Formats: sequence, structure tokens, C-alpha cells
Amino acid sequence: MSVLVYIESEEGKFKKASLEVASYAKEVAQMLGTTVTGVTFNAEDVSELGTYGVDKVLKINNSKLKEFNAEAYADALKQAVDKEASKVVVVSQSANSKYLAPLLAVHLNAGYASNVVSLPESASPFVVKRTAFTNKAFSFTNITTDIKIVGVSKNAFGLKEAQAAATAEDFSPNLSEEDFSVNVTSVDKAKDKVTIADAEIVVSGGRGLKGPENWGMIEDLAETLGAATACSKPVSDMGWRPHSEHVGQTGKPVASNLYIAIGISGAIQHLAGINSSKVKVVINNDPEAPFFKAADYGVVGDAFEIVPKLNEKLKEFKAKNA
Amino acid sequence: MKILVCISHVPDTTSKINFTDNNTQFDTNGVQFVINPNDEFGLTRAMWFKEKQGATVDVINVGGPETEPTLRKALAIGADNAIRVNTPATDGFQVAKQLANVAKEGGYDLIIAGRESIDYNGGMVPGMLAALLKANFVNTCIGLEVDGTEAKAVREIDGGKESVTAKLPLVIGGQKGLVEESDLRIPNMRGIMMARKKPLNVVEPVEVTVQTEAEKFEKPAPKGAVKLVDPDNLDELIQLLHTEAKVI
Repeated sequence: MSVLVYIESEEGKFKKASLEVASYAKEVAQMLGTTVTGVTFNAEDVSELGTYGVDKVLKINNSKLKEFNAEAYADALKQAVDKEASKVVVVSQSANSKYLAPLLAVHLNAGYASNVVSLPESASPFVVKRTAFTNKAFSFTNITTDIKIVGVSKNAFGLKEAQAAATAEDFSPNLSEEDFSVNVTSVDKAKDKVTIADAEIVVSGGRGLKGPENWGMIEDLAETLGAATACSKPVSDMGWRPHSEHVGQTGKPVASNLYIAIGISGAIQHLAGINSSKVKVVINNDPEAPFFKAADYGVVGDAFEIVPKLNEKLKEFKAKNA
Repeated sequence: MKILVCISHVPDTTSKINFTDNNTQFDTNGVQFVINPNDEFGLTRAMWFKEKQGATVDVINVGGPETEPTLRKALAIGADNAIRVNTPATDGFQVAKQLANVAKEGGYDLIIAGRESIDYNGGMVPGMLAALLKANFVNTCIGLEVDGTEAKAVREIDGGKESVTAKLPLVIGGQKGLVEESDLRIPNMRGIMMARKKPLNVVEPVEVTVQTEAEKFEKPAPKGAVKLVDPDNLDELIQLLHTEAKVI
């Protein structure tokens, strides 16, 4: 009956989003009067999960699962749910979780709510608040099935410490050949670069920067802040920056703590994609730019003067507060 | 190759989002509906397969008669046949079930749906459809080639991309990258005229027990005014971010 959590890790470290969903699962478990079981894939030391309320860990160690494989992972998680007789499964909204959750939902005949930003109001009915209309509204969604899958949005719930045992138990699901019918042939991933999905802070540039040669100051500022770099749609369409940096409705969604928009006017499609960010700062020389209406803090002025100056001041601030 | 493209009928991005009936229904009054952008990238890629490799392209939507103009637009862009499952879309699972019911009869090699619709943002229809059909599935797909019965796809992952191979039949959760924005097509007059004569078949739904119910909607609290900081006083901005917003 425990609440099951899919724990993702990368290069031997648990992803922060997974610790966040563990925190969420703990509170759901308390509502239901039960415990939390985490499922890890090829993780070694799982004791850290106890800090976020995980009582028991089903450790799957299987060399075939070294690379993420949605079908195989979904099958393994289904078997973990069966074993634990879980009624609630919690996943993050990483690309991998979003990939496997609908498969798992069908395998378990479970209702799935994605982009969830709150705990259920009660155990029954199980109604969660989720974002809809690309952040222009919330939907209160009742999951009416016996087994429920909740996809919790990044940064919506936060990390909450709760001491639990994280008792490890080896678990070997039976995987079939069909689980491996989509095969990864190569992975192209920037090493030691903060990704937009994981970043606490995102520094984003728009057409106001006039050309790709001016991105140095964006990268410098991002480096000072430990931030990911991003860009608006026209910038990626013109090939100034790679598509992987495009944020907005048809690009990547951003749900960072701090989003700094430089030289971006704030078209509605752009705002739709970044609206889940908690705090928005806009730097733009046009005081009429629509982004100022959506921002928390703004500086009206020339980005080419402001950004390098801000970077220097932030470096001083970081040095003082280190 | 037989391709099915799933088309969601969604409010245009610039629409005002309002609700009626005590915040339980989306207010369609004055709202312009369009092909879901993520689906349009997939439809355009399907047209590429049709023109370069030879394929028939069917489009399908689950919805009432009011969604037909969106299907006609897909026909005007170049799809061959349209199918409308005659029932309102209620939740992702119900839509996936209706689509699966039609798709399993159709013998499609490739089914393309958008990674999510821009209205309910469930992001579950492509994956559920694949699972129901027991077909291979690639989500957040930004590149797709088909050679015989083998597909090569590129998937966007957090922080990069990965290349995968899979056998057909295949379901794709598509997005920008399948084709570029500049490849999208605006229907021309000839396309619009031809679309009027193309078949649009209405099929009756199967019975499905919904799994989730949107009980009510709420709009975000109105935002406070932006705090403007003088460009000559950036220390103030840093202090505000540190002590007030607590984000640095």
C-alpha cells in the first residue's frame, strides 16, 4: 500500500527533482497513513533518500537498464507497484518521467495527472491542482481510478526533510525482449553544463542582443549565477543559438526559481513557456515591452551596458556571501 | 507507408482564457481554434514523407462537429483523409482509447501526435496510444527518418538529445524539430478547394470509463506591478533578489 516514487539519478547522483517528488510522496503517504517506497535504477548508496522521507528502497541493478529505456523502466515500475500493492505513484516531470508515465498508466490501468503543483486536498476524492492552458489557468483534477499516478512539476513543492530509514532491498523485475525494442544508438549531451530542465536560474537572451557574437555576456552572467542559458524563438529560428536553448510554448518549458530575460520583448508564446518560473527579471531598452507586465523586477536600459555591470556586481556579491 | 496524424483542436495561443458555468467549462466565446502547434509539426513531417517517400496521410480528431474546420485545414495542408470520432474529448485516456480503436483497424505504420496539446497540457495521449496499441513509442521527437520497416528518431532529453532506432509500427510524440517553423505550410486556395472534396468520416465512439475529471478551473492571481530598478543602481536589484525574492 506504500506510495511509490520513481527515483532518477544521473552520473551516480540523485536528481533534485526526484528528491522533491520523494518529499511530496512522504506527505501523501502521511495523508494515507502509509509509507514511501522509492525505486532506483543502478544506484549504489541510497541512504540520502531517507533524508527526504523514503522508508524503503527497491534497488534495481541490471546492466541492461544502464541507459534509460521508457518501456523497460515502465515495466519494471509496474512490477514494483504490483509487489508493493501501491495505490499512488509519484514521478517528476523530467523528460524521462514524462516519457514513461503514460505507458505506466496504461499498464496499471491508472489515471495520470501531469504538471501537478499541489498535494491532493484529501485522500478521497483525490483532487490535485495542475497547470493547464500553458500556465494561463489551473485545473483541479480528480483522479478517479484505484491506482493514481501523479506527475509533480519541478519546484512546485520543494524539498522537505523528513527522517526515514531508506531500507534497501534488491529487486529484480522480469523484463522481456519487447521491453527493449526502442534502442538508443547515441547520446549527445553537453557535459558540465547546467541544463534548462535542472537549472535553478536561467539567463535568457532575445533578439535585442543583435547577433550571436554578443552572447558572451549572457554566458558570463550565467556562469556567475550557476545558471543555464536559454533564448527566445526568433533567436533559435535565425540560428544564433541552438534549438535546444529555445524556451517558450513550442520550445522547452522553464520552471526555474529565477528567470532573467535580456532583450526579449515577451511575446505571449514566450511567456506561456516561462510563466512557471517563480521570479522574473527583465532587462530591456523598450519600456513598453510586454514582458514588463509579466515580470517581478525590471531594468529599462541598454543591455550591453547593464549586463556586464550586473555581472561584475554579482561576482562581488557572490564573493562576499560565499 | 500509412501515416495517421492526431490533431488536437485547441485555442490559439493569443486567446483569452476564461471559464463559464461556475468555472467548470472553458469559455469558447470569441476564441479562435487552431491545429495544436505540436501536431502541426508532425503533420508537416507527414507531408514530407508523402512527397519524398510516398505515403498516405490520414488525420484524426476526437471531438464534436465544431472541430471539423480544424480537420479541413489539415486536409487543405495536404492530408488525404480525415476522421472525426464523434464525442467530446474528456480526458487523455479517453482520447487515447478512441484513437486506438480507430488506429487498430487502420493498419498504420506510423502514428504522429504532438507531445502535448497547448490547452490541457496532459502530455499523455501519444504514450497511452502506443501502450494501447502495443506499438513502439518515441516521445519528444525532434527528428524522424523511415527506411522500410525501420525508423531512426532523435529524441530531446533534458540537456541534449539522443538517437534511437525502432521498428514500425511506431507512435511519435512530436514537437518542433520534426520540421522547422519555416517549413510549416499555410493552406493555399487550391488546397482549400480540394479539401472540401476530400473524405471526412465521422465514426461513433467506443465506451470508455474516464480516469480523471477536471472539476473546476481557476485563473492565476493577478500579478503585482513590476518593480523597476534604475540601471545605475544595480546593487538594489541584487539586494531585492537576495533579501526580498530570496533567489540568489
